[in-house]
Amino acid sequence: MSELHALKNKIAVVGVGHTAYGDFPLISDYGLGAQAFKSAISDCGLEKNEIDGLLVCRVPSYARMGEVLGLNPRWTMTLPGHGRMSGMSIIEAMLALETGAAKYVALIYTNIGRSRRVNYGGEDASSFWNPWGFTSPGAAHAMMFRMHMAKYGTTTRQLSEVSVAFRKHALLNPTAVMKKPITSDDHASARRITEPLGLLDYCLINDGAVCMILTTAERAKDLAKPPVLISGVGARDAFERSAISNFDQDFWYKEIKDAGTQAFEMAGVTHDDVDALMCYDNFSPTVLFSLEGLGYCGQGEAGAYVQGGTLQLGNKLPTNTDGGHLSNSYMQGWGLNVEAVRQIRGECGARQVADCNVVQYIASTPCTRSIIYTKG
Amino acid sequence: MTTQTYDKPLPIIDELSKPFWDHALEHRLSVQACTHCRHLQFPPSPVCPKCLSDEQEWLVVSGHATLLSWVKFHRAYWDGFMQDIPYDACLVQLKEGPIMVSNFSGPTPANVHIGMPLKVTFEHVTPEVALSRFTPA
Repeated sequence: MSELHALKNKIAVVGVGHTAYGDFPLISDYGLGAQAFKSAISDCGLEKNEIDGLLVCRVPSYARMGEVLGLNPRWTMTLPGHGRMSGMSIIEAMLALETGAAKYVALIYTNIGRSRRVNYGGEDASSFWNPWGFTSPGAAHAMMFRMHMAKYGTTTRQLSEVSVAFRKHALLNPTAVMKKPITSDDHASARRITEPLGLLDYCLINDGAVCMILTTAERAKDLAKPPVLISGVGARDAFERSAISNFDQDFWYKEIKDAGTQAFEMAGVTHDDVDALMCYDNFSPTVLFSLEGLGYCGQGEAGAYVQGGTLQLGNKLPTNTDGGHLSNSYMQGWGLNVEAVRQIRGECGARQVADCNVVQYIASTPCTRSIIYTKG
Repeated sequence: MTTQTYDKPLPIIDELSKPFWDHALEHRLSVQACTHCRHLQFPPSPVCPKCLSDEQEWLVVSGHATLLSWVKFHRAYWDGFMQDIPYDACLVQLKEGPIMVSNFSGPTPANVHIGMPLKVTFEHVTPEVALSRFTPA
């Protein structure tokens, strides 16, 4: 029996692509997915018919997606449109490639939530929350952030550092949805939604699609771009305490620590080696919880840690250099994984992290996943 | 209030949850208790998540709790809450252990803080449904 650690540097990301981000009422999921796929195929230089593995996420029908692209894979998988599924999908594709179930896997994510007016909240038919007016992932994170404030003295001013840093990065990213600079004062005066959280603590909702192409490091050598290797992965779910969805009294501290430790140990790197962090930011507090769980600062110290621009480009831990879900695009983790690849390739132009060799991805949710990418 | 005028979401009462709502109509707060290992839990489940026994009963609890957190909703996700915004939803931990989503019985309590002792009250919103809410103890 083999260990997951044996997959260190065995699987590579060879192609990435995405659509424009915005409001596209006239394009279907499949139209967007096809655009992203074409862009990723051209990025790596493969013929489309060499793709023999297809994983789709949030795409309504895997079969229709395959039909649209004219593919007949040997390995097909579909996963639901939850943010936590991006990291999970990439790990699934690694396993398929390692076992030989597929040689080249295309992972396609599509989202038409903006133009079709998807509501996050009010529809989760839970008889044990709705009658009291409680709903939405944002409200669950607001509950957690209030607890973090009371327990550790974290302030909304400290929290604003997250939104301000990511907006600053978005201004350097031509594809980002948000184009206007913001300050901590703007963060404080923004419309409240689920207090203590306000509008600038919330992710965007926009249409778009992302495609990543993975293969083995061996095969990657023959393709167009230098491969970016998956050096470490880590995983831990927390279903036992998930009666209130998207909520955990301990901010998933133990689970994030566990997933992070697995990824660091497998990759053989430490915090000091990480040149940039790609941190799932559905809501700004998630970033603080992630920094603590991963050990970039002590438990309860993330508020102080992010003060003074720590997460901004050029500073201690450049985070979400594309602008993240708060200011670039709501691609539910997929956009962040693409940014990790592009940073390591050195393709990020004005927002490029100097000498970028190691990038960590983390999604802190009831299914926490971390991935460490390197040049190998 | 009658069902005609009550336009907030109502629970779907099924076999599993009916005892909770029946107790609530009698102003008694209850949680599910495993008759095998005595684990208490809420919301109810078809089997005990600790020992997987399907022998479960409902235990009427003290109604005493502490405040774990609260959120002020400035957005109405249902039309029925439109006239209430901003309104609070809170999360309480019962003295017996389980946590529940609820509301404060009236306006935000003066000196509201995490850890605040609370006790349950009930409001009949329809003839079939009484909602548990919490007030400072």
